[in-house]
Amino acid sequence: MTITPETRAEAERLFAAFRAAGAVPVEADVLQPAEILLDLYGEDIRARAYVTQDPLRGEMVLRPDFTVPVVQAHMQDGAEPARYCYMGEVFRKQDHLGPRASEYLQVGFEVFDRDAVAADAEVFALFSELVQGLGLRPLIGDIGILLAAIEGLTTTARRKAALRRHVWRPRRFRALLDRFTGRAALPPARAALLDRLKSNDLKGLLDDAGPQIGLRSEAEVAARAQALLEDAETAPIAAPEAALMYDLIGLAAPADAALHHLRGIQPLMPTISGAVDRFEARLAALRARGIDTATLPFEASHGRSTLEYYDGFVFSFQGLDADAPPVASGGRYDALTAILGQGRSIPAVGGILRPALLAALKGV
Amino acid sequence: MSLKIGVPSKGRLMEKTFDWFGARGVTMRQSGAEREYSGEIQGVDGAELVLLSAGEIPRELSAGRIHLGVTGSDLVRDKLADWETQVAEMALLGFGHADLILAVPSAWVDVESLDDLDAAAAAFREKHGFRLRIATKYHRLVRDYLTLNGVADYQLVDSQGATEGTVKNLTAEAIADITSTGETLRANHLKILQDAVIHASQATLFAARKADWSAENRAVLGALTAKLGLPATAL
Repeated sequence: MTITPETRAEAERLFAAFRAAGAVPVEADVLQPAEILLDLYGEDIRARAYVTQDPLRGEMVLRPDFTVPVVQAHMQDGAEPARYCYMGEVFRKQDHLGPRASEYLQVGFEVFDRDAVAADAEVFALFSELVQGLGLRPLIGDIGILLAAIEGLTTTARRKAALRRHVWRPRRFRALLDRFTGRAALPPARAALLDRLKSNDLKGLLDDAGPQIGLRSEAEVAARAQALLEDAETAPIAAPEAALMYDLIGLAAPADAALHHLRGIQPLMPTISGAVDRFEARLAALRARGIDTATLPFEASHGRSTLEYYDGFVFSFQGLDADAPPVASGGRYDALTAILGQGRSIPAVGGILRPALLAALKGV
Repeated sequence: MSLKIGVPSKGRLMEKTFDWFGARGVTMRQSGAEREYSGEIQGVDGAELVLLSAGEIPRELSAGRIHLGVTGSDLVRDKLADWETQVAEMALLGFGHADLILAVPSAWVDVESLDDLDAAAAAFREKHGFRLRIATKYHRLVRDYLTLNGVADYQLVDSQGATEGTVKNLTAEAIADITSTGETLRANHLKILQDAVIHASQATLFAARKADWSAENRAVLGALTAKLGLPATAL
């Protein structure tokens, strides 16, 4: 899709604003090594990446975003704290006919700073200023609160891990939660499987099942069968605790009211205190930067289906068309940088804007 | 220009298609030598028979180079983005039945459902350091299905044939493929996941929305649908 002069000018304006905010411009190759990117990203970006074969460098991908290259650049020679900005095209296959572009300009800003609260507020306030006057709806969330709540559930480590893993797939998460809380019956296939495992000797089952083929070993099969049997003995999460969890994932309110609500349920869910403290501190930092947190919309589940790899503060600015992608979005991705840092943790928060959408809004 | 009808160029799919049209008074046959890919059509004026590989018919329909085409509903759904906006389903032909399913090694006594596959994929990735591989040629259908059902930690690897052999050959841990009887699966020590029929496919007559629908061609289509006893097609 050809970039119009208006879009280009809009991109330059944003890029200049990020530099003025102290960010160092970063360049990234359009062709990125596929393996590391595709392994890190969730299924959505994976499926939509343009993968191509290079005779010398192997499998390459047209960059689906800048986050990983920026983190890598920072790890090579970055001092902390650091601020980076970038501007360039990203590429994502579109699976549906319609107005969504498969190639578009992104302008982004990333902050690597141990003072997470200040960095969150800085990024949000800057983005808010860059899109002001366009009638966009801001929305914030905090995946960290959900993760902390899961940690506090009275259930097995295995069930918590399953819930944590599916935080970014709300439908699956809901199905698991329904099962772990006893709201949903065991699916027939699972019930039949458990019957078979309970009433037979595992070794006998394995012997009768046919030859072991493929990479997944008999030991792995046996380990999971054992885990299934153990899980079947696990008591459901108690009703009051379950009710709190359902309440939390559905929480949608102006930020200050959401904080009040969270403080209210915190005594019943003590593991969320740290995350709620951070949320409160973030709201104070936002107010100090002129953001009205009494009206700023908050949703506890925001970012769960669209902003894969974010694991803390998340935000977006959406136009009137709810089906269109957000004009701007971002969040905290400490877990991703921990994986890329191979043990080194690099707290990071950032976001991107889509200049084409901004230019279109201004053109109306 | 006449109304072009694309039909699979060989095998049972072609014969059954000819039978289906023949039973409704529209005679199709290969012209010339048995191996020549051109055909004749009788019983409706202004139509032309085009013999094509079944796998190419979705693409030809999408481009509007043929007006009508017979192919598997699985191929249309897999190859065409938002297929309903590109083609109209005119008739299910009642043959060529096959299910697109997920299959895993029979030795996986701990895996019977999508739930199990998802959990096994998580453990597999942790242990082996890469995502559980599912071999298939139906990328769109399989991906959409797994996304809808919230399965994670898998990757699709392309397999254009002999997909049932990929697990034994260590190029995949599971497969998604078309099966009608399941015999090939059993012979390769695989079993079907119980709750995971991704698509029940059958031979289907489609109309291409983007084809040249001149008044003349619309008239031919009208005559043809009447003869075949089908409701009028909304294009």
